[in-house]
Order: sequence, then structure tokens, then C-alpha cells
Amino acid sequence: MSERVVDARGSFCPGPLMELISTMKVMSVGDTLELLSTDAGSAADVPEWIKKVGHEMLDTEQDSEGTWHIRVRKAK
Amino acid sequence: MRVLVIGGGMGGTIFANLLARRIQQEMKTGKAQITMLSASHDHVYQPGWLYVAMGRATPDELVREQESLLESGIEFHVDPVEEFHLADNHVKCKSGKVHEYDIIVISTGSRPVPENIPGLKENSINCYTAENAVEFFKQLSDFKGGRIAVTVGLPHKCPMIPLELTFAMHDFIKDRGLLDKTEFYYTYPIGRVHSLENVAKWAAPEFDRMGIKYETLFNMKEVDGKNAEVLSEEGAAVKYDLLVAVPPHKGQEVIEKNGLGENGWIPTNRASLHMEGEHGQNVIILGDTTNLPISKAGSTAHFEAETAAENVAATIKIGRPVRSYDGKVFCFIEAGKDRATYAMFDYQNPPQPKAPNGAVHAFKMAYNKLYWASARGLL
Ligand SMILES: Cc1cc2nc3c(=O)[nH]c(=O)nc-3n(C[C@H](O)[C@H](O)[C@H](O)COP(=O)(O)OP(=O)(O)OC[C@H]3O[C@@H](n4cnc5c(N)ncnc54)[C@H](O)[C@@H]3O)c2cc1C
Repeated sequence: MSERVVDARGSFCPGPLMELISTMKVMSVGDTLELLSTDAGSAADVPEWIKKVGHEMLDTEQDSEGTWHIRVRKAK
Repeated sequence: MRVLVIGGGMGGTIFANLLARRIQQEMKTGKAQITMLSASHDHVYQPGWLYVAMGRATPDELVREQESLLESGIEFHVDPVEEFHLADNHVKCKSGKVHEYDIIVISTGSRPVPENIPGLKENSINCYTAENAVEFFKQLSDFKGGRIAVTVGLPHKCPMIPLELTFAMHDFIKDRGLLDKTEFYYTYPIGRVHSLENVAKWAAPEFDRMGIKYETLFNMKEVDGKNAEVLSEEGAAVKYDLLVAVPPHKGQEVIEKNGLGENGWIPTNRASLHMEGEHGQNVIILGDTTNLPISKAGSTAHFEAETAAENVAATIKIGRPVRSYDGKVFCFIEAGKDRATYAMFDYQNPPQPKAPNGAVHAFKMAYNKLYWASARGLL
């Protein structure tokens, strides 16, 4: 099981969610990923996609500098 | 100082030419030298393939001999690199020749891999190689009506292509008088019609106005050619009569084989453009092959090359780099056959696209020719 970090801060295009989708494709089931994002939209659109596809949301928090840390697990 | 450039595409060529012009004196006196290794004698203007797919250009118009684009004094060899020995500052080429360096710049680009999605390659058309763009045009001009579905893989180069292709096909079909027999069905991986929020805000009403239907949060999983449908990771199915793909991409195999980056994407520092990791201090990465979370586009390669050329020149002259890359990207967006707009953004500032017009389209058509001056580092 591996744990990865995808730093998508300041990414408007392709943007945090597309970075996450690209990376999840090459991960193995059970691997986890932490997405760093400065886009407030990620806190809503990442969970929406994760739920729709059937992966697992672990947690979401915003640090003191405003960066969102969104942790997910590949479930299938 | 020996500077070795790997890749004679957009990033490598612009970098080498800009650097050569800045260090003319040092090159004359033998204090510095630039060598470029590429996989081809040709330099291809890939953005032109969009026009090939629409029958408005042919592939030969988009090619120049690479050597003719380079500043004098740059040594050029067509001899693809097979081994990177970054700890020992040398590479080994297909011919067996070894090239040593003090600074290496890698800009080997990316490649479409439709074969990574079951059924996609056999059942779809795309404009990501010259041959495929010609085939695209043939199938589009044979199309007599039905549903044209657009499907988008991740990651892909040129983020504007999904929209540009859809708008261009709409105008093509309209000109052929087939609009009332054709349904356009656009799909996109995230919850809006484009990754850039402001571009999506502009494009969705354009789609509505043109009668183009769309489905978001659609990531293709496989194509069932027998039943002519695309199945998504999200559990949806979309029928098609003609399937237009923006295939997923990878970096070059040689990057993966040498362990420089998973899927051919090299971990790159977003400001200095150095390769991350132990041997990265004299390794600069440009263009599509970086793993940076920004668009894989020629303009990205261009702006990165400008930063890198200034920094390498400064390193040669004063012993240290002078500036950071700010994430700048500039993309034209063709909004049909005769209108266009553009998106310019960086790590801090999102784009604010304007309504498309004929003047921006005319400028893009002019840029398609001016590109050759840009590759020479003149523009
Ligand atoms: C249809 C289409 C439309 C596009 N439209 C636009 C647009 O409108 N605007 C925009 O900004 N961008 C656009 N792009 C994207 C743009 O073309 C690329 O992002 C750009 O070419 C990337 O530059 P690069 O230097 O990273 O790679 P490339 O330009 O692809 O160059 C890679 C080079 O590396 C060489 N190479 C490969 N392997 C080796 C090896 N082992 N050893 C040595 N050399 C090697 C190749 O021969 C080539 O010369 C478009 C692309 C396509 C396909």
C-alpha cells in the first residue's frame, strides 16, 4: 500500500480534480492519496467524484495557509 | 560549460535558440557549447493537426527541418537518448554514442496512449498524430448524420482541444447542411465542461446556444465497439455513431524505463524547473514531460524555456540563476471556423476569457505561421 501526495496548489488547468483522477488511475486498490489544493471548490468537487465512482474519502482539512488537504483511498 | 538539450520540439528548440543568442560570445570563445539530441530530423507544429482534421491544412505544411530552425553554433544530432546516467552527467544514445554535460535540459514531450482504454483505439478518431488527423478528416467528411460523441481521457496535452474540436466539428457539419441530422454529445471528466472555471462558464452557454448536449463527471473506462457505446468509471453509458477521442497521454517510454518518472512525467520543481531529487541540481525539465499541475501546452513549454534560457545564461555568466517560472500559460481557444478567444493564467491568477471574435481567430491563424519565428526564439 503506498501513500502519495499530489501538489495541485495554484493549478487552474488541469486543476486539482483532474490531477487527482489522473493519479488515481495509476494507483493500486488500497493506496491512499493526499491532494493539496488552493481551490476552495476542491473541498466539494473531489468528494462528489469520489462518491460517484465508489472510492473512499478519508478526511479533508484546511491548514493555516489556506491549503486544502484532501485524503482519499482507491477502493476499486 | 556544456549544455545538452534532449528533444528538438517546442521546449527544446526555443530554449536552445534563446540560450545561444544570449551566450554568443561564450560560444565563440569555446567557454560554452550547446548540443541538441532529438529523435527526428523534423520539427512538427502539432497544433496544426486540428486544422488537418477539418480539412483546412495538410500535414506537410506543418513540418520544417529541425536543423534549419537552430541558431548557428548549436550542434545537432538525430540520435535518440536511450540511457540517462544523471549521477555521472552523461547520456547514451541509440547509436551507442555517449554525451557528457554540465547542464542537461530534458524536453521530450508526451504521446497519446488510446490503447490504455479498452476499445478506444479501434473505435474512435483523434487528431493527435498527423495520420490520425487525416483519418479524422476522412471519417468526418464521410459522416452522413447521427450522433457524434466526444470523450476525453486524462491526462492529455492541449487542454483546449475538447472544446475546439467540438466547436470546429459543429461548424463543419453546419456547412455541409447536416446539422439537423446530427446530434453532438460532449463529455468531460469533471463537473463542468472545461477545467478552467471561467472558460467553462463561457463555453456551456455556447453549447446550449448551438444545441450541443453535454454530460460532465464522465471518465471513460472502456469502449464497447459492438454496441457502439462508451462506458464510464461513473457507471454511465453513451451511445455514438462517430466517436471522437481526446486520448489519455503518457510521457516517453525512455523516461519511464530510466526511472525518471512514473508514466514518463518527471518530478519537477514548479519555480526553478529543476528535476526534484538527488541528481536534479543540473537537470532542467521543460514542456509536457514535467509532472507540474499545469497545462501540457506549447505555450507552457515556451514560457518555461524562456525562464530556463535566462537562468542557464546567467549561470554561465554570473554563476547563478536569476528568476523563477511563474506558471504562465497562454492558450488560444478556437470557437468554430471563424471566431476565437484566449485564456492566459499563471499559478496565482485565473484566466478571464472574453467573448470570441474574428480578430482573435485571425491572430491565431497568423500565429500558426509566426510559430516558426517563435521556435527560432525571435518572438
Ligand atoms: C492537436 C494538437 C493541438 C495542439 N494545440 C496547441 C495549441 O493551440 N496551443 C498550445 O500551446 N499547444 C498546443 N498543443 C500542444 C503542444 O504541441 C505541446 O504541448 C508541445 O509541443 C510540447 O512541447 P515539448 O517540447 O514538451 O514536446 P514536443 O514538442 O512534443 O517535442 C518533443 C521532442 O522530443 C524528441 N524526443 C522524443 N524522444 C526522444 C529521445 N529519446 N531522445 C531525444 N529526443 C527525443 C522528439 O523527437 C521531439 O522533437 C497541441 C498539441 C496537439 C497534438
